[in-house]
Amino acid sequence: MSPLTREQLAQVVAADLPFNSYANLGVGMPTGVAKYLKPEQGITLHSENGILGMTALPDGQTPDVDLINASREAVTLTPGASICDHVVSFSMMRGGHIDVTILGGFQVSVGGDLANWDTGVEGAVPAVGGAMDLVAGAKRVFVMMQHTDREGRSKLVTQCTYPLTGKSVVSRVYTDLAILDVKDDRFVVCGMIAGMTLEQLQAVTDAPLEMAADCRLLDV
Amino acid sequence: MNKVVDTLSEAVAGIADGSTVLLGGFGTSGTPVELMQALLQTSATNLTVVSNSAGGGPTGLSELIEAGKVRKLICSFARSLNAQKPSAAAFEKRFRAGEIELELVPQGTLAERLRAAGAGMGPFFTPTAYGTRLAQGKETRVINGRGYVLEEPLHADVAFVKAHLADPFGNLTYRYAGRNFAPVMCMAAKLTIAQVDRVVAVGDIAPEQVMTPGIFVQRVIECEHVPVNP
Repeated sequence: MSPLTREQLAQVVAADLPFNSYANLGVGMPTGVAKYLKPEQGITLHSENGILGMTALPDGQTPDVDLINASREAVTLTPGASICDHVVSFSMMRGGHIDVTILGGFQVSVGGDLANWDTGVEGAVPAVGGAMDLVAGAKRVFVMMQHTDREGRSKLVTQCTYPLTGKSVVSRVYTDLAILDVKDDRFVVCGMIAGMTLEQLQAVTDAPLEMAADCRLLDV
Repeated sequence: MNKVVDTLSEAVAGIADGSTVLLGGFGTSGTPVELMQALLQTSATNLTVVSNSAGGGPTGLSELIEAGKVRKLICSFARSLNAQKPSAAAFEKRFRAGEIELELVPQGTLAERLRAAGAGMGPFFTPTAYGTRLAQGKETRVINGRGYVLEEPLHADVAFVKAHLADPFGNLTYRYAGRNFAPVMCMAAKLTIAQVDRVVAVGDIAPEQVMTPGIFVQRVIECEHVPVNP
């Protein structure tokens, strides 16, 4: 039984994105999902800085200073792309036009609360960016994160202890161990890595788990 | 009408102490670095700066902060994205020392507060940040079952933006995602100064291609922009 690597997790999330959707990938780990999307999925990627229709810059192509994603990495436009200003870009996000957003997370609660902008550490410099706008308006919010933090503590919790990004906003969590749906104040396990049992997963999760009838094997 | 000035010092002339200054740009794209460096050469200080991030690299805003000219920063992202290449190091140092005030605003709320100011609107309700620490101390209301936070328009004295083309009337176009905050910042300030890659003749920009109408722009300076990577 081995947890998914970052790259494997990115592949799992990429394969799960709905066909022909408009998707926004958050800063950090979610940005890595872009390179595993297949053209036949027909997914249009949005970036908060006003790009609709982009992909990671192919190897060997010269970067353009005016074509970057939210993580400030070079991107290239895809056919049919459009550019807009921040007011329009955030209207797409807040106004319910983005089908799905993938965000990183520090903690997700059973009620679907997300904490992903501040660990509350003394002297830390805060940075919220567009995360609060995305969770307020995207039709579905997926979180992609390690199941436990560096100290081995569960990032899936009964109540978030870090400052919230949004209340009752997360619909699904992808971790290196499992896929969990947030339903009626419960985590429903709908995918697990090979060799893992519900008891083992429960042992590293600080919230009650329930098994979905059609729980799938998480592999790449 | 000719809004084009010849030098960067003319472009930034007359900016008063204590001004609120909007800075366009996202990362290094659309960042009016040369205008900021020109402002650095003036006596203007005690500034309130509105910018998406707290740096964007070692030049521009970082230099203004380093020089102690910024009293308060209103932004959405005050931290360096990459610890190996810190883009907001100057801010982080002054912030930890308690030498600069920070107002953290969600990015979309920042854009919409500027829009409200430029569009002549009053305060507005947004669902963004409802139920979070960034809503503390603000009026909230539940309307049709959904929670909202009351946000104020964000007016400014000056806006610095970087555009691609300008004509003497101040009509602007932008390159790719270099547009970002610029159009809304042009509307929210009393004095908008655009540094542009190239000044073209009146009529050279097709009317339907104008991205910021000249009514929102007061000064234009042509300046060869050298992109700086953080």
